[in-house]
Amino acid sequence: MSIRSLLKGRGELTHSSSTKCPIVMSTRIRLARNLAQFPFPGWAKKTQKEEVLGRCLEVAARIPKIKDPTGLRIDELSELERQILFERHLISRELSNEPEGAGVIISKDQACSIMINEEDHLRIQVIKNGLNFKRSWNFITQIDSLLEESLDYAYSKELGYLTACPTNVGTGLRASAMLHLPGLVISGQMEKVVRAVNQLGIAVRGIFGEGSDASGSFFQISNQQTLGESETDILKRLNSVMTTIIEREEDAREKILEEDVDKVFDEIGRAYGVLKNGHLLSSSEAMNRLSLIRLAIDIGAIEEQNRMLVDRLFIECQPGHVQFTANKEIEPNQRDVLRALYMRDAFAKLPEPSFEHITR
Amino acid sequence: MELMKHFFAPNLLKQTVPLMAESINCDICSKLATVHLTQIVNGKIHKIDLCETCAKEKGVTDPNGFSLADLLASGVDSQEVDPSTSDLVCRGCGFTAEDYKKLGRLGCPSCYEDLAPMIAPMLAHMHKGTNHMGKVPENSLARLEVESEVAEIKAQLQQAIEDERYEDAARLRDELLKVNQESEESHVH
Repeated sequence: MSIRSLLKGRGELTHSSSTKCPIVMSTRIRLARNLAQFPFPGWAKKTQKEEVLGRCLEVAARIPKIKDPTGLRIDELSELERQILFERHLISRELSNEPEGAGVIISKDQACSIMINEEDHLRIQVIKNGLNFKRSWNFITQIDSLLEESLDYAYSKELGYLTACPTNVGTGLRASAMLHLPGLVISGQMEKVVRAVNQLGIAVRGIFGEGSDASGSFFQISNQQTLGESETDILKRLNSVMTTIIEREEDAREKILEEDVDKVFDEIGRAYGVLKNGHLLSSSEAMNRLSLIRLAIDIGAIEEQNRMLVDRLFIECQPGHVQFTANKEIEPNQRDVLRALYMRDAFAKLPEPSFEHITR
Repeated sequence: MELMKHFFAPNLLKQTVPLMAESINCDICSKLATVHLTQIVNGKIHKIDLCETCAKEKGVTDPNGFSLADLLASGVDSQEVDPSTSDLVCRGCGFTAEDYKKLGRLGCPSCYEDLAPMIAPMLAHMHKGTNHMGKVPENSLARLEVESEVAEIKAQLQQAIEDERYEDAARLRDELLKVNQESEESHVH
């Protein structure tokens, strides 16, 4: 498998030493860019896409900011390998489903990936732990500028960067944060929050983007508008919305702990029990139970040093990763057995939650 | 796309009076229509004509409380008009307004210019503004400028040769060499 060595490395989301934090799992920024002389991928002929792919792979491989890059053609990857890259948010479902002329470049630390011939010729993406729009922007804009030294971008003075879909034109920037909001979910406030932020031109989606459910109480929150505002203004606005949502989540948690503390402790205890002792675990059950373990870390019932492990388990309990660990393709039922086995293993090392020091 | 409805601005609702005094019938009851409405929903223009009674009944007289989209959803048949955009074609890639309706994406960067009458109203709805306020790709712009400069000089040179203006041609040839040389130097850094 050509991606095995990449996955063995220490990834930003799976092994990073950078600070992980409660509520905000990760920050992501992507830039949509196109080459001036070619039709957009959806309208281009195969030969044109191949030309774009060849050129972009060559240019991106030379960029020093992307450390030890791996360049991959999607048509050379197995279904399982594509699934794994998707579960790690390194490629999109669309790129995986439309492999003609499609490719991706991934940095060794998996913090940066560049999709080629997705909806646009280039989709540059940077992922960082925690809430970090400024650092992510500083990093991605450097990569973008380095690419632009060798590639002629499609750009108009009036409309900015030209993209296949008019919803991305202008800055081509989509910034999002992955928030863990069990407090708002448990207290039934999530719908209200979604409605309020929608009115500000900000979208709320599930963990795997459009159409995915909110399993594990994870939500991706991102800007919708890309034209008429500078990148810094978009990020500032988004950041202030995030801050508000985080405050709401904190309030909701405080209230639940005040009013329903036994219920919360019970749910956490049961989640720990199932993950440590279960023999059949679907990915959605695993996600929801892990979500409570993450909450247990946030409130101090499990030590902070275990956060990295738990965050990694969210990725490793996905169907592709379970099969990857087993080194073969497996039927869903059998996957649930292996997932449970994997969790039992991981939880054998994870100390039991302790609630004694948490004030009631 | 689902979010678009949140960006619907009531002030885009306009009461329009037909220029010609041709008689139009009410879309609901077929009496003479005296209220004519145009509203842009999801980048599409919808028109509806109503008589006074039906207009009152539907609350059309209150621009803030009225949405043509709701009226359309409730089954009143209004025609969907794409004024003068349906026969637009991109000179760069042959993409048409019809293709956009099917695919929801554009064909090439030139589509933004050639299909502008269709795209411009959509952008006004989707985004915060209609002018780019962000980053500028300086290198690409400089290169594209050189390219168009070269094309311009080449055309002039060709004309000068045809007109047998050899002094001009020699000057233009030197100019062309200079521009090419400069751009190569800046490329090497």
